[in-house]
Amino acid sequence: MGVGSFFTSKLDEAIGWARKYSIFQYPFVTACCGMEYMATACSHYDIDRFGAGLPRFSPRQADVLFVVGTISQKIAPVLKRIYDQMTEPKWVVAFGVCTCTGGFYDNYATVQGIDTIIPVDIYIPGCPPRPESVIDGLMKLQDRIATQTQRF
Amino acid sequence: MEGRQILQRVRDRFGPAVVDSHEHRGDATAVVERAALIDALRFCRDDSGLDFDVLMDLTAVDYSKYPGREDGPRFDVVYHLYSVPHNHRLRVKVRVDEDEASVPTAVGLWPIANWFEREVWDMFGVRFSGHPDLRRLLMYEEFVGHPLRKDYPINRRQPLIGPKL
Amino acid sequence: MLGEGASAGAGGDQNMHIGVGPAHPAMHGIIRIQTELDGEFIRKADVEIGYLHRAFEKDCEVGGYNNAIPYTDRLNYVSPLINNFAYAAAVEKLLGIEVTERCQYIRTVMAEISRVCDHLTCIGASAMELGAFTVFLYMIKAREYLWELVEDVTGARLTISYGRVGGVKADLPDGFAPKMTAAFKETREVLDEVHRLLTGNRIFMDRMVGIGALTREETLGYAITGPMLRAVGVGYDVRRAQPHWAYDRVQWEVPIQKDGDNYARYLVRMAEMEQSMRIAEQALAMMPGGPINVDFEGKAIDPAAYVDQGKQGKTEGLLLVPIRLSPNLQGQNRPLHDRVNASDKRVVLPPKENTYGSIEGLMNHFMLIMEGYGIRPPLGEAYFATEGANGELGFYVVSDGTDRPYRVRCRPPCLPPLAALHRMIEGEMIADLIPTFGSVNMIGGELDR
Repeated sequence: MGVGSFFTSKLDEAIGWARKYSIFQYPFVTACCGMEYMATACSHYDIDRFGAGLPRFSPRQADVLFVVGTISQKIAPVLKRIYDQMTEPKWVVAFGVCTCTGGFYDNYATVQGIDTIIPVDIYIPGCPPRPESVIDGLMKLQDRIATQTQRF
Repeated sequence: MEGRQILQRVRDRFGPAVVDSHEHRGDATAVVERAALIDALRFCRDDSGLDFDVLMDLTAVDYSKYPGREDGPRFDVVYHLYSVPHNHRLRVKVRVDEDEASVPTAVGLWPIANWFEREVWDMFGVRFSGHPDLRRLLMYEEFVGHPLRKDYPINRRQPLIGPKL
Repeated sequence: MLGEGASAGAGGDQNMHIGVGPAHPAMHGIIRIQTELDGEFIRKADVEIGYLHRAFEKDCEVGGYNNAIPYTDRLNYVSPLINNFAYAAAVEKLLGIEVTERCQYIRTVMAEISRVCDHLTCIGASAMELGAFTVFLYMIKAREYLWELVEDVTGARLTISYGRVGGVKADLPDGFAPKMTAAFKETREVLDEVHRLLTGNRIFMDRMVGIGALTREETLGYAITGPMLRAVGVGYDVRRAQPHWAYDRVQWEVPIQKDGDNYARYLVRMAEMEQSMRIAEQALAMMPGGPINVDFEGKAIDPAAYVDQGKQGKTEGLLLVPIRLSPNLQGQNRPLHDRVNASDKRVVLPPKENTYGSIEGLMNHFMLIMEGYGIRPPLGEAYFATEGANGELGFYVVSDGTDRPYRVRCRPPCLPPLAALHRMIEGEMIADLIPTFGSVNMIGGELDR
């Protein structure tokens, strides 16, 4: 017991360390936040130095779903399907206030927060969030990933 | 051509079918009867002095809450025309009742009318007779109602999935 | 299985249905293209939009006239300043008021900066989709310099809400002219590099020349305006045809190409960026009241500029920089109002010192802000069009005499090219869909509103 849990906790840490520095994100880009996502991903603010520089454009190859931009009622089933297609372990980042709560679009066409449809790990508010906020959110996500325990 | 001259030309050709015309804030506007609408638009497009070869915009307005129009025809379908050779503009409007909310289609004149009319159908519920494929453009097919009408409350949710928040 | 369950094609072939989207890597937005393929060739394409419909037109009817400005920011979110100013100008046309000279020049300068940002994003993203990732990084680098400039003026990088009915939010900050010169110098260097990388590049030309072409009649029949229309040889530019703001007082050209294919559109956009920078420089030089040049050595800067510098990362020695604090109300020393807002009490908010200092100012402020009061244009309707980055961006505003707009319609410049997209891609190969879609520069916020 004691000795076994020492090894599994070290293994958890190692796996967490490896996972948090190799994030393959699926950027589900819809609207204006996409511009800030592009700015964060490019040379000036560079998320590649956090290990998150390779977006995988297929949900089956990705582990973090960045939902960037307003989710309308029409695309909500598509978002759910993309989330279902991702394999475990997976995390979801709600980027921008439209994905957190619906933003200022309190109307018939907008989903009032994607956490009504899929579970969310990190919320990055802002309309659009500055790249520094995005990097802060990414670092919080990395902390989350690093401390996640595995079920063997 | 000046706005006045454009309106004069249209009025000369169509006489009583031009119900109203004005140049509020410099925009030449002509309100025509529904029966003469397609002929009027075709005249605007083909006449060599007018030459309106571009249908810039096709939209509608729901006048049911407008002061002075609460009892009158509910919708106005608005066509914004532009001429590249002469660089002049014209706005053509047609008044449509709620019960017979239907207007002949302009798809034969300008191909872009296809999508603009689909959007008016989607948002207002005005049909376009003769349109090849009148389905919703911006909303999903399961949506009930026409959102830009004044009696559609802005917060009425009809989610496809998820809770009705 | 391949080919099964497909509709009958010509001669009994079975076409394959491939759906492109709505979530797909071409990062322009969410759109669904259902294609029927015969081998690699697209036989039929059905374009489905509306995945970003955010009820812009309905939302504008809920609040006052100035409340619609943040919604207009998010229409064409890569060039938000143009949307703001076009909407404000439509309401001003409805009201029948004129803005000040200086405001017209400011609007021209900021709109052109926004246009350059839009073209940079469009060309960068389409080049990335073809595999030229370096071009994307260079373009976004140039865009960052321009965004720092926009942030100095408006306070935000992307969703700026800078225009107001009757003017703009505030005057240009101190030291704008040298910053703009530096930003344009960087942008011109980037454009130079991109020209050397792409314009004569064999692979780029093979993928773009002759693809996605439309004839002149089709382009006009589909009401396509902007760079796509100028790429078929029709020199229609709203800034030239119906001059507004300061466009008729500066020297510039309308770039035109003949072929109408993707490569021609790329060349038109590259040339337009140079012309935009030319317009902005001339307008800044001719601005009445001067471009506010300031000598920075040892002078105190105002607090907002201090915060901006910190945000942009220029923090060397920042703690030693002296700040000029206003003695009573914050921001009072910066000329906010008098030169850039129309002097019409029914439309423009009074300066803060009048609001807090005199009863007339307080009542004026009250009558514009409180619910039920506000800007009340007379009954009527107006349509105002300006040249957006994709073409004619028009706002049709109907007023019923109250403080809320009765109907606001945005004529989206990128809806017509999308309606014509099926004509552009039918007959081409599936791989040609990507550069064609990139050259259309579809912006979801504007298309679906």
